[in-house]
Amino acid sequence: MNGNDKGGIAERSMGFGLRALNRLAGSDLLDRIRVRKQVERALFQGTKTGFRSATAAGRTFKAAQKLGNPARQSTGKPRALFDITPDDEQQMFQEAVRDYAGEKVRPAAQAADADASTPPELLAATNELGVNMLGIPEELGGVMHEQAAVSSVLIGEALAHGDMGIAYAALAPGAVATAIGHWGTAEQEATYLPAFTGEDVPAAALAILEPKPLFNPLLLDTTARRDGDEWVLDGAKSLIARATDCELFVVAAEAEELGPALFVIESGAKGLSVEAEPAMGLRPAATGKLLLEGVRLPVGALMAEGKREAYVECVQRARIAWCSLAVGTSQAVLDYVIPYVNDRTAFGEPISNRQGVAFTVSDIGIETEGMRLATYRAASRADQGEDFGHEAALARRLCAAKGMKIGSDGVQLLGGHGFVKEHPVERWYRDLRAAGVMEGALLV
Amino acid sequence: MINLEIPKKFRPLVSQANQVATEVFRPISRKYDEAEHEYPKELDMLASLIDGMNEGSDIGGAGAAGVRRESNGDGDGGNRNGSNLSTVLGIVELCWGDVGLLLSMPRQGLGNSAIASVATEEQLERYGGKWAAMAITEPEAGSDSAAIRTTAELDGDEYVLNGEKIFVTSGDRADLIVVWASLDREKGRAAIKSFIVERDNPGLKLDRLEHKLGIRASDTANFTLQDCRVPKEALLGSPEIDTKAGFGGAMQTFDNTRPLVAAMAVGVTRAALEETRRCLEEGGVEIDDAAPALSQHAAAARLLEMEADYEAARLLTMQAAWMADNAKPNSLQASMAKAKAGRTCVEVTLGCVELCGSVGYDENRLLEKWARDAKILDIFEGTQQIQLLIVARQLLGKSSAELR
Repeated sequence: MNGNDKGGIAERSMGFGLRALNRLAGSDLLDRIRVRKQVERALFQGTKTGFRSATAAGRTFKAAQKLGNPARQSTGKPRALFDITPDDEQQMFQEAVRDYAGEKVRPAAQAADADASTPPELLAATNELGVNMLGIPEELGGVMHEQAAVSSVLIGEALAHGDMGIAYAALAPGAVATAIGHWGTAEQEATYLPAFTGEDVPAAALAILEPKPLFNPLLLDTTARRDGDEWVLDGAKSLIARATDCELFVVAAEAEELGPALFVIESGAKGLSVEAEPAMGLRPAATGKLLLEGVRLPVGALMAEGKREAYVECVQRARIAWCSLAVGTSQAVLDYVIPYVNDRTAFGEPISNRQGVAFTVSDIGIETEGMRLATYRAASRADQGEDFGHEAALARRLCAAKGMKIGSDGVQLLGGHGFVKEHPVERWYRDLRAAGVMEGALLV
Repeated sequence: MINLEIPKKFRPLVSQANQVATEVFRPISRKYDEAEHEYPKELDMLASLIDGMNEGSDIGGAGAAGVRRESNGDGDGGNRNGSNLSTVLGIVELCWGDVGLLLSMPRQGLGNSAIASVATEEQLERYGGKWAAMAITEPEAGSDSAAIRTTAELDGDEYVLNGEKIFVTSGDRADLIVVWASLDREKGRAAIKSFIVERDNPGLKLDRLEHKLGIRASDTANFTLQDCRVPKEALLGSPEIDTKAGFGGAMQTFDNTRPLVAAMAVGVTRAALEETRRCLEEGGVEIDDAAPALSQHAAAARLLEMEADYEAARLLTMQAAWMADNAKPNSLQASMAKAKAGRTCVEVTLGCVELCGSVGYDENRLLEKWARDAKILDIFEGTQQIQLLIVARQLLGKSSAELR
């Protein structure tokens, strides 16, 4: 029984491990946000465990990668025990991002929402944490590891606790890197991924959603027609983060004879244009529409040979990512309303002494926890190489329905004060609606 | 390392429990729903089998017997999957078969959980192997268990119990009844203790058996205790009235048993969802995990919505049990699980009847029965409203005096 468990501890020293931590430790960001102490303390704890398992770690390096093939995420072996605790490195990363979200993201959120843009220095600082490298294979300088989906979920949750719109803006380039890391050809990996491991990460977007009601990512209006040695794409994509800044797109289109598939498109391509598409929420992400009019691409732009399973997996991984943001934002609502209803008095006592108020808080707590567990499960199955389509669909339904309700209850509990911009709950009300609307755009 | 699957080492137990549910419970499910108050004799042999499974196994049984808190981990300072989780998983499977029959399982009563949770070694020895029911509720005290009026007076080496108890699950069939009574009604909740009363005690009189909406296979007894004398050693836990510890001792049982009742709700919910999925697919409704729920048949969207709530309820229940296995305080999570699983069970089973139409409503299938069985799961071991109170008090940091 224990053998597997020890193996698990040993394995984690290879993945997230030192590469991601080194990056984090080398950054002066930690000093700037005054969280270095906590991280170092956590690092010390993490290292102790690392040393303890060092002898067993050798075995896990056996599986060698064949050269010439695209690098991919290695799936861990199925884990033996039920466990809701992130491993040491994940906890450390999670804490660093959480502190950062509290110190830097939340205070910037209201202005970013009003300006419909996130300050570039904030995006650069967030990127410095390494949040966009989780989907890039180690061979190419990234930190993709066996638990990459779970780690992405933890980070998405922590960042969205600061602000969902800023989280979207900051994590959107990572989705493109992850898509290429999972489904890109060796050439696409070699061409595009190095840019995402440096300091100047390009704005990039995974564009699946289209502007129409009842959008179904399996029935795309955007088409890819074959013309000799080229693909020709036509259509429109919705709610792209930082559309005007994007240098690279991964676009979903109905490919002739193949079905829905992903294409890599550089921003200079002829026939490609963007227009502003400000929305109800996610405003810090400066959302825009991408228009494709006779965009001609070389055959090599197609990803995963147009395999349907790869595309469906992409759609489902994106849903898990949006769930993680919904969980973080729902937790933010809960954490905000608790002190409010305890301090606010009416009829001579705190309003939280009334069941009508208190039970609403209970429901926010219960449903947030349920959303979180369902999201973790879907991500963990993805990491273990198990089918996760059903679990992702369930997490999606849960986060869409309960997330919206939580957004609404957050405003309701503050009454008229919730409706004005003095408090963040009205922003969360708008943002949480996105969890049921967005497709693509983020990935775990 | 995050993993929310059923642990490998419990898969044999889950599959055994599922076989029992399929082979033993399901075939007699309707029979004892119709024959209320008739003893399901098929369960005797099964109970012996489960006793055998419990014996000499560290993974607990398929029933409600083993919920003692343990703190030893599975090795290096780490994660433990123990009897709380295995018990929850077993109960889910058995209640997928039939919740009324599980509640009727000899030696698997909530009284057994109480004994297993707080009894001394000596008491365990004396009462081990017996079937114990739980008597808390009174005509005037339901959710407010601190308001119970049954009294226990020390008279020499014996306690003398007087009062009235209702809604005692398996009260007529069990060997023992764990009775909650007050040592001193002036001293409030701290004075409430539980006492083990032998079923054949002449001071314990059966008043009647209830006729119910659901779980009709399980008998529900009402008793009068009239100068009911029990030995001093029948008191569970400490006889001291510790006003600081308060109700803790007695209420602690609930932290252990709530995840079990949540597990019952999870099992019934899954039964209804599986049957409904089959029913809809037979009726030509396609359910697609990759397509958005709202671009599918309305019935498919509804089913996915219900399955999502089921998933949340199930994982919350596993979480509460897992925390108990790892000696983490889980009172909040236990109540979250019970609240979510209880309401989900009612909403889903009733929703499934609606989706399946007359096929769901008529007695040819079990859907209508599950919808009736479901309701009690949102009531006993603390109603939905009591769970929301507990969750709210914890989240808001409120006392029971502030948030009533």
